[in-house]
Formats: sequence, C-alpha cells, structure tokens
Amino acid sequence: MNGRARRLMHLGGFLAACLIAGVAPAEAQRASAAIPATPVIVASKPFGESYLLCELFAQLLESRGLAVERRPGLGATEIAFGAIRSGAIDVYPEYTGTGLIAILHDSLPDSLARSPKAVFAHVTRATADRYGARWLPPLGFENTYAIAVRKETSARYGLHTLSDLARAGPALTGGLTADFIGRPDGLAGLRRAYGLSPRAVKPLAPGLKYQALAAGAVDFIDGYSTDGLLAKYDLVVLDDDRRFFPAYEAAALVGTRLARDRPDAIAALTLLSGRLDEGTMRRANRRVEVDGEDMRVVARDLLVGLGLSGRAHPSDAGAAPRNALGLGAYLWSVRVPIGRLTLRHLLLVAIALALAVVVAVPLGLALERVRGAAEPVLGALGVLQTIPSIALLVFMIPLLGVGVRPALVALWLYALYPIARGTFVGVTDADPKAVEAAEALGMTAHQRLLQVRLPLAAPVIMAGVRTAAVITVGAATLAAFIGAGGLGEPIVTGLALADTRMVLSGALPAAALALLVDGALALVARLVTPAYRRSTSRKRREPSNARGSSSI
Amino acid sequence: MTDEVVAPLSKAGGTASAPAALRASGVVHTFGASGARALDAVDFEAPAGACVALVGESGSGKTTLLRCFNRMVEPRAGVITVDGRDVRDLPVETLRRTMGYVPQDGGLLPHWTVRRNAGLVPRLLGLDDVEQRVDEALALAGLAPAVYGSRYPHELSGGQRQRVALARAVAARPPAILLDEPFGALDAISRADLQSAFEELRRATGVTTLLVTHDLAEAARLGDWLVVMRAGRVEQRGSFSELRHSPATAYVQTLVERTLAGLARLEESA
Repeated sequence: MNGRARRLMHLGGFLAACLIAGVAPAEAQRASAAIPATPVIVASKPFGESYLLCELFAQLLESRGLAVERRPGLGATEIAFGAIRSGAIDVYPEYTGTGLIAILHDSLPDSLARSPKAVFAHVTRATADRYGARWLPPLGFENTYAIAVRKETSARYGLHTLSDLARAGPALTGGLTADFIGRPDGLAGLRRAYGLSPRAVKPLAPGLKYQALAAGAVDFIDGYSTDGLLAKYDLVVLDDDRRFFPAYEAAALVGTRLARDRPDAIAALTLLSGRLDEGTMRRANRRVEVDGEDMRVVARDLLVGLGLSGRAHPSDAGAAPRNALGLGAYLWSVRVPIGRLTLRHLLLVAIALALAVVVAVPLGLALERVRGAAEPVLGALGVLQTIPSIALLVFMIPLLGVGVRPALVALWLYALYPIARGTFVGVTDADPKAVEAAEALGMTAHQRLLQVRLPLAAPVIMAGVRTAAVITVGAATLAAFIGAGGLGEPIVTGLALADTRMVLSGALPAAALALLVDGALALVARLVTPAYRRSTSRKRREPSNARGSSSI
Repeated sequence: MTDEVVAPLSKAGGTASAPAALRASGVVHTFGASGARALDAVDFEAPAGACVALVGESGSGKTTLLRCFNRMVEPRAGVITVDGRDVRDLPVETLRRTMGYVPQDGGLLPHWTVRRNAGLVPRLLGLDDVEQRVDEALALAGLAPAVYGSRYPHELSGGQRQRVALARAVAARPPAILLDEPFGALDAISRADLQSAFEELRRATGVTTLLVTHDLAEAARLGDWLVVMRAGRVEQRGSFSELRHSPATAYVQTLVERTLAGLARLEESA
C-alpha cells in the first residue's frame, strides 16, 4: 500500500468516526430541545469579527434562557440582509455605514456621513420605513475600512494617506474582497473621491488578503480597522484624509418579527449597546484570528468581562487554542460537529439528487420523443451549469430566502444536466438494430421503451447520475453561504479566519464523501447494468476493482 | 449442428396459423425530398406456403418492398394484402405479431437470453404455452434449448445468433415470415449450414416466406419463386429455370449468366 492509499484510508476512518460521533449527540440534542419558545436565529457574514459578534449575541441570549440557532457565515451583505427581510434569520451584526450605502443605497452630505450619530439616525429611520427591520443601539465601536500596505511599501512610496495611495496607484496592485470591489463605498468610491487607479486589482477571499499582502502578491488591501491581523502582519493603515468612508458603527440588525414579538430577546441584545470599545474588540479579534482561540471561549470571556454572564461553560473550559493542536488532533477534536455536518451534507446531496433523477430522467425521455427540443433544452440546462454556484445561490434569495430550500433548488438545478443528457443520449443511442427488430416484431412504443431502450440505456444514465452526484457533493459546500449548513460551514469559516485546518476539516470529509458517493453509485450502476454487459465486462473490470478497493 | 432434431409442427401443442397469401398491387414509395422512386408501381404475389425470393442489387427496392408487409414502411400508393386483407385494416402491432421477421444482423435484444429472445412474440401475444413454443422453435432452428437457452447473444457465433433470430420469427407459428438478407453477414460455412436449417424449417412449417437476397444463387436454391428487382421495378417473376431460359430483360440475362459463370468456375476449381 502506498502513502496515498494510507492517507485515503485514514481519511475514510476519520469520516466514519465523524459519522458515528455525529449521530448520537444530534439525537440527544433533539430530545432535550424542549425549550418552548422558537429559537432566535442568529447569523453573521463570513469574516472573523462578524462570526465573533454572532457567537457573542448567541451566548448572551442563551445566558438569558433563550433558545438560539446559529447561522454564521452567510455569503455577503445581500445574502444576510435578504435573509433578515425574508425572516429566514432574526439578527446579525451589521455596520451603519454599510447599511447606508450597500443596503439603502443612500448618500449623506460629507459632514453628516462622517458623523456616527447622523448615520445611525438615518439608517435606523430609513431601514424601518423601507424594510421594517430595526437597528439596535450601536455596540460602541467603529469598524471602518482600513486600506493597508506593508511597511516597506509605505516607506518606498511615502504612503501615509489615501491621497498618497492615489498618487502612487499606477504602480500598485490591489488585493480587494469581492464585496469591496462591488460596493459604492468601496473601490468605485475611492476612484471617484481620490482618483485612485491601481495598476491591477485582484479579487481575494477575506481570509486570504492578509497572507497575500504579506507575501507581496499584492501591494494594498481593504482591511477592517478592528482586524486582529492588521497588528499581526505589522501593516500601515492609510489615513482617509478626504473623509470618504462614512461612519461604520457596529450594531445588531434585527428582523421585523423578532423586534415585534420578542421583547425578551431585544432587551438581552440591547445589553451590549455601548459596551464594546474598539480596543476590546481588536483584542478579541486578535485572539480569534491570530492566536487561533476558539470563538466560543473568546465570546464567553467577553461576556464575563462585561459582567453580562458569570457562568463559565465547563465543557469549553479546557479547550486548547486551535493553533496548539496538530492537524490530526484538531480533526479528532472536531469529529462530533463535523460528523453532524457530514450527515447534513449527505442529506442535502441525497435529496437534491433524488429530486433531480425524478425530473431529469423523464425529461431526457421526453426530449428523445421531441428531438427538435433536445438541444435547446439541454443547452439551457448546460448554461445553468456555467453559472457560478455562489451567483446562483444569490439569485435564489429573493425567491426562496436563505437556508435549506434555496440550497436544495440550486443543487437540484446543477444535477439536472448530466442526468438529463445521460438519459437522452443513452436512450437515443440504445442498440438501434435491436430496437428496430423489437418494433418490427410488434412491441409497442411503450414496451420498447421499458423493456428494451431503458435497460440498454441504464449504464449511460447511471454515468450521468454519478457525475451529478460528484458535482452536487462539491457544490453543496457552497450551501453554507446561504445558511444551509453542511461541510461548507467549516470551509467558509476557515477561509474567513484564514484557518487552514478548519478549512481542511470541511474539505477532507467533503472529498471523501465525493469518493464514497461515487463508489456507492458505482455499485448501483452494476445492479442496473444488464447482465450481458456485466458478464462481458467482469473479466476486464475485476482486476481494477480489486486494486481500487484495496487502496480505499 | 445443422442436423439437430427438427420437431414437426404437427406434434406440437397449440395451433399453427395456416400459411397466408401475400400480395402487393401498384405499390409506389418515394424517399426524401428528391422524390426518387424506391418502389415504382410494383405488383407481385406470394401464394400461401411459397417461398418467394426478392433478388436485386442494393437500392433495387427489395428491402423496402419487404418492409411494406409489416408496415415498417408505409407506401405512398398501392395496396398490400395478407390473405386478401389490407394490412392497414389491422392495428399495426397486431399485424407485426403475425409476421415473423429476421433482419440481416439478427437484431437480437442483447440484454435478453436466447430463450427470452425467442419467446418475444408468443409473450406479446399472451400465449400460454410460451416455453413449449420456444423449445420447439429453437429445435427447429437447430439449437438445443438446454445448451443455448440461457446464453446471451454475445456468447453466440454469428450463425447461432441468426438461428435464434429465425427461432424468434417462427416461435408464434405465424402465417408468414419476412427475411431480410438473413444469411448475408455470415462466412461461407455458417451460411451453408444455416441455409440447410432454413430449408428444414420451411419443410416443417410450410410458412409463407419472403426472402430478400442479393445473391441469385441463394434465391435459386431457397426460393420457389424469384422476383428480380431493379431500380424500384420488377424486372421478372418466375422460377430460376424460367429466368434462365426466357429472360424478360437484358439485365435478367446478365444476372443469370454471371451467376452461372461463378458456379461453373467453382465447379472447375473443385
């Protein structure tokens, strides 16, 4: 057995352990979930501070005896706010400046835009009027954009302000989050306000931009002023000398239903208003992003420090910082939650795939009857495949909100094409001479389909199903962006926190799951393959099968 | 193998349909937009119980004419009758189940065993002695049911596959069978074997047979009557002897001479 095979075996063992570990606690949890009120759904956007505030909100609510459901890491501002509007989540941490520009698409006169009070007053009123959502009083700190450069870049080009950056811009490459590139208070605004025109702009995932900057792959990035990583990499934050960025005060943004029906939750969340200063937040972010401490521990310490909770969670007390563990030990320490996520992942894939088979096989058969429509319809399904998953998920939100439903629909759409094409091609190409003879001997069209063409097409249809299954296992990792859970959760969170091991704790089981699902479907394929094909191919396949099974 | 047991039909249970008379009158068919005539006012008749061989080159229209009898081709004009009855008066599947059919390559269903293939038409007809008919038909075609019944088509030789196709065509004891170059794709030895098996089968069943072939020698050996076709028209009808001694056209004369010359060369070299 070679090294690769051994690693695969360990991975399989890990996955099995996850599955076993995941089932039992999930059952136990369900049994004890007898708290009467519906849980408050607390969410976040996919970057470190948002995760931490989400956990803080959640623990605060729990400390007041309220049931909480966590939906951290929703893909972007549109997704998170869309979820607030549709009632799919109840609360998430947002920033007033973001509310002003990215949610309301408003602008205030420069003097007012720099005034935290004026911005808060405006967004509170406008958000309530237009969307019925409510901003709770700000938490007490601002987290504005911090355009940052390396120290040596600052020294070389004499960069201290954004005006300096605009002057040196043509020589510099920006590494910016997609969010920032697209927002009116992002790159477009900087171009307008400062005349900034960088040599190039590279879109980067939030968790990667600091590493990219430190490695010299880019020259400046859009950080957040409270990011722990600003200090870790010893970066220079450029001064917004023309006062372009509005005030970005952090606050809890609350959906209509929670604001109306749950005064207990509102009262609890309001306890945080004005209590978190910038220094406290930066230190807390640093513990999570730089030191790799468990977010739950940091959030609990914050609550205890603020006198909002006296209770320590004994189960978490001994949790070592993530950085202190080796990869194997880390994976072992997260086997229970990963097991749960793996089950959920599998469930998402299974449901989406089953629904796709139910629709795409009859569709493929129908297209064989109406050949003229085949290429247009299959072409359209093929185009769906080319839409990036995250874009497809965002399109779903206005229709289906966030959570499991839009994720299932998106996965279902991805799975349709390979199955429909496999069915169409399989039935169209099924041994034409045999099909003709069956017709000439008096089989009806229906009999030919069920007794001849489908059995002959089965291997090709199954190949389509297997392709769809592997695609779906991969695409389902992105379902985490819209709060559907699954193995994408640690991937998204890990990317946001630049935590490679957390990313691997989702990615490795997802890869193993893809192999397992494909293998399981290969067995199904053997069962539906007509005996004559099995018996001819057995001789050829057996040796390769034997190799395959010994290495997994 | 060719001389395996041939069970006479009379011994078998169930009923065999009486051989049917087949007739085509004024049949015209065109293919495609060009309107080229594949069949041009064809008249011909196969008396009940006869084996009529349709002979001609590729594109002469012989296969098209054959396929008019099971309505795999619907001619543009003219009438096709079976025992005087227009084939269009029957539901198409009903008609086809009474017309045995053997295409050139057998057209066996690759995912079915020999038994299941041979029993196709009796099962479609809902007959209650399917297994018995399969045994009988396989024996007629020169295949021992116990040996070959559970095999799949890919496990057979080309000649054995054609035997299964023959068995499938006669298992329901139809009044007529349609054979489209059934021996065309075989090597010379299998071909001679299968031709003998076919003659035995004909003797045992007396089923009316339309046999399409491009080989005049084969037509002469197997057919009671020959119909020579060329470019969608019938050149001549008659026995081989009639064709030889009073050819109706120069084409028929050439065809006969060439065939005889070939046989003569064979004779000399032997």
